[in-house]
Amino acid sequence: MAVKDSVSQSALRTPLGRVRGLGSARGGTHHWWMQRVTSIALLPLTLWFVFSAVGLAGAGYAETRAFIGAPLNAVLLLALIGLTFHHMAAGLQVVVEDYTRGEFARMATILVIKGVCLLMALASALAVLRIALGS
Amino acid sequence: MKDPREAGMVGRRTDGTLIRRPLSPHLQVYDMMQMTSALSIMHRATGAAWSVGTVLLVWWLVAAAAGPEAFSRVEWFLSSILGMLVLFGLTAAAWYHTLAGIRHLAWDAGHGFELAQAYRSGRMVLVGTAVLTVLTWVLVFVFRG
Repeated sequence: MAVKDSVSQSALRTPLGRVRGLGSARGGTHHWWMQRVTSIALLPLTLWFVFSAVGLAGAGYAETRAFIGAPLNAVLLLALIGLTFHHMAAGLQVVVEDYTRGEFARMATILVIKGVCLLMALASALAVLRIALGS
Repeated sequence: MKDPREAGMVGRRTDGTLIRRPLSPHLQVYDMMQMTSALSIMHRATGAAWSVGTVLLVWWLVAAAAGPEAFSRVEWFLSSILGMLVLFGLTAAAWYHTLAGIRHLAWDAGHGFELAQAYRSGRMVLVGTAVLTVLTWVLVFVFRG
């Protein structure tokens, strides 16, 4: 085994260039990168939602609907929903990839997770839109 | 006999050639109950707990869109003892995952890898989680007032 201490770099090919387009789905670093991008976007959105939810503690039906339906809140909620379920599916996928043995079981579990995340996102987004558009 | 820790140092480059570098935590090689690895496991556990907790977000939004009867059932659950306990646990998990996530982003950017720094940021995450969780619930009771 030729195990060396330092990373030898071949000619003009950078480490990033070597991994671009690789991975099981030729996705390279896309999955990893999107998990970071969504996490950064979720930082302010989650803070906003946590403190909004605190403010809504004990609020009734009408007040809650008024909050959800306000234009700015509706937009931020839709962004929160999309990013949360994207980040959640990506994170759970990595956990399953690490701990699930067997190609079929792994793929089936990941597809179920993605399907459930998509349905939860659609149901939440439709609820926000119904309230915001007043039907 | 070779040092068994060497088993955790056999990595492969993307082109398949071997290289000596540390691998990710590995049950047979590392003591998993150190603070560093325990916090790493907790980052996953809190992420999974938060994922389960999103069911409450969906229920809350869908019920608010469906009508007053559906919404009163969510209110009943969330203001029950069990509901409050679940929300409290979710608050702690959410703050932990958020603070530990910031720690991970700092590592991704190449900062804070020294052991002393890793222990210090780990303690900051734990203290921050406790402080922010309590603060959040103090605010809840102030607002409900």
